[in-house]
Amino acid sequence: MTYLNRLVLATAVGVIAMSGGASAQTKTLDTVKQRGNLSCGVNVGLAGFSQPDDKGNWTGLDVDYCKAIAAAVFGDPSKVKYVPTTAKERFTALQSGEIDVLIRNTTWTIARDSSLGLIFAGVNYYDGQGFMVKKSIGVKSAKELNGATVCVQTGTTTELNLADYFKANNMTYKPVVFEKLDETVQAYLAGRCDVYTTDQSGLYAIRVQQPKPDDHLVLPEIISKEPLGPSVRQGDDQWLTVVKWVHNALINAEEAGVTQANVAEMLNSTNPEIRRLLGKDGELGKGIGLGNDFVVNIVKAVGNYGETFERNVGSGSRLKIDRGLNKLWNKGGIQYAPPLR
Amino acid sequence: MAVVTSDRGRRQAAATQASFLYRPEVRQVIYQAILVILLLALFYMLIHNTAANLRKQNIASGFAFVDRTAGFDVSQSLIAFNSSMTYGRAFLVGLLNTLLVAGLGIVAATILGFVIGIARLSSNWLIARLATIYVEVIRNVPLLLQLFFWYFAVLKALPPPRQSLSVIGGGFLNVRGLYLAAPIPEPGFEVVAFTLLSGIAAAIAVYVWARRRQTLTGQQFPVLWTSLALIVGIPLVVHLLSGSPLAFEYPELKGFNFQGGMVLQPEFLALLLGLSIYTASFIAEIVRAGIQGVSKGQKEAALAIGLTQGQSLRLVVIPQAMRIIIPPLTSQFLNLTKNSSLAVAIGYPDLVSVWSGTVLNQTGQAVEVILVTMCVFLAISLITSAFMNWFNRRMALVER
Repeated sequence: MTYLNRLVLATAVGVIAMSGGASAQTKTLDTVKQRGNLSCGVNVGLAGFSQPDDKGNWTGLDVDYCKAIAAAVFGDPSKVKYVPTTAKERFTALQSGEIDVLIRNTTWTIARDSSLGLIFAGVNYYDGQGFMVKKSIGVKSAKELNGATVCVQTGTTTELNLADYFKANNMTYKPVVFEKLDETVQAYLAGRCDVYTTDQSGLYAIRVQQPKPDDHLVLPEIISKEPLGPSVRQGDDQWLTVVKWVHNALINAEEAGVTQANVAEMLNSTNPEIRRLLGKDGELGKGIGLGNDFVVNIVKAVGNYGETFERNVGSGSRLKIDRGLNKLWNKGGIQYAPPLR
Repeated sequence: MAVVTSDRGRRQAAATQASFLYRPEVRQVIYQAILVILLLALFYMLIHNTAANLRKQNIASGFAFVDRTAGFDVSQSLIAFNSSMTYGRAFLVGLLNTLLVAGLGIVAATILGFVIGIARLSSNWLIARLATIYVEVIRNVPLLLQLFFWYFAVLKALPPPRQSLSVIGGGFLNVRGLYLAAPIPEPGFEVVAFTLLSGIAAAIAVYVWARRRQTLTGQQFPVLWTSLALIVGIPLVVHLLSGSPLAFEYPELKGFNFQGGMVLQPEFLALLLGLSIYTASFIAEIVRAGIQGVSKGQKEAALAIGLTQGQSLRLVVIPQAMRIIIPPLTSQFLNLTKNSSLAVAIGYPDLVSVWSGTVLNQTGQAVEVILVTMCVFLAISLITSAFMNWFNRRMALVER
């Protein structure tokens, strides 16, 4: 065949291949079950939320949520593939299908619920944006920061809130914007900027990792609402329901007093609420595509919400963050889940 | 008889020629037309498929986001920008920052590269060895590490604003940047500016005239001194005579930072230094290759007719070496432009950082943003190549 003929043939094949390209609606739960593990998007390294330890094992609040979902779907919390993502690539990773769920201390906003093609499944940490300064500059409140230089990470709600706060308070500032968390913190420590800003949980995490944590002061002002939570792709209601109810299960388990230590004996309880929660009564798990004992698997893997919190960011960790808003609704906080019935 | 072109004759002639579809030239046209139609169909399907998938996943598409409010600030820009301006304006800010650092980087890298390249061929043993060490070390360390070195290692060495180092001319050097006095033109300054511009134009005209005169008559003209007088001397005299209509605004420490004056931020300086030094090491090797590619007889002949070492290099060797140097030099210029996208690692708000970083993340429209970025870099590269090719053609030796 002549060269021209071969070229025509190749192009024709290409066109025919492309025309059959209309894809059916993908069911993520089926894909995950078929693949045999959960592909979970997490932070590249944020203490308390998702960080690899020196042996390469991932730990953190978001990591525990990944484990909980895997435990709910497979019964085995180790069936997770952790995909570290930066702030810049996290949404494209989820949009393109590289990850099944994004649990990466991401703020729930309307812009992210709409034009990105994602949908949030709940709030696993109620946070707010704050500022951290070095004690040596002598500032005690964010209102004294007129004219300061601020280090911030690119592509985050932090950048936007910062601009809004300074404008609303008639103050000026100079932003220095970096892509990665490490670079931002390094520049702050080197003195390139006066202030470092991110969610308050992040501030405490960074502060505790410094050689002299007491040299740094987290200012008292919280300038925004940052409800952090897991998100999935739009158009897949079944998967959204699964992720949503894994989160609700954790909260309900804490409410009912089921812990990692006592879940085995709780299986013999006669309390109807606990029997429903642990799948002894009713077909609640099957209704959303999981086994009836999915809550048992979750609690065996990571405990209930309170235990997960305390172990990763609370009193059992280096960060020692107070639960604050993240307490249960009947204990003074706002963590509230619909009932399992 | 003349009338032989009867119908029968023509029909016979037509019958012996192949039928329409079997003629080679007709087949060529048909195949090429089919190919073009198929290619167009392929592109149309690619675009249609992408748009349909985006729509199905409910991801926004289209360029309407360009008119939305940005909501973020940038640390430095050549045009005014604040958080209430649009994403389109942010794109311009990033683009100008990239062009600024790429343009200055290309100039600095070329000058430094030529110096190091010639130094490597010097007969002075120490200078040649130092240049070799420079080239070998800088070429082999990844650019990102060098940028980190310049930014973090050098940055940490600078003092905080309260203890700035003083620079002559009322400037300050500290970890926030190099603060210099800013010139502010007062009302009478237009005359001086006009004199300066016309001085530059006159100097160029003198240079061209002197070259032509030398080609025709062989007489030389002191172009350098005349140009200096035109560009520096006369405007200076005019400036002094009109009462020095140029005020300086000095930077002063107020609160956290210096206010007033102009500032060169450490991100910009680190990026410029890193890019220039890195690319200069490659350009040095290209220059050395070009000079060594000129036959040795040229240098010997130049020395034989009484030119000094410096003159032979400048007037005989380098003009011939330029033929060899310019094509790889174009590649290095394009490399420098594209390497400037590493700016996001050290906080310089260039096109990739502002547009493909912040705007992409805030709007989520990855396809459009990346497409625009690719087209912009392609355009910059094509313009640079076109200019260098024109320059190359001008430099080409006319062979006999």
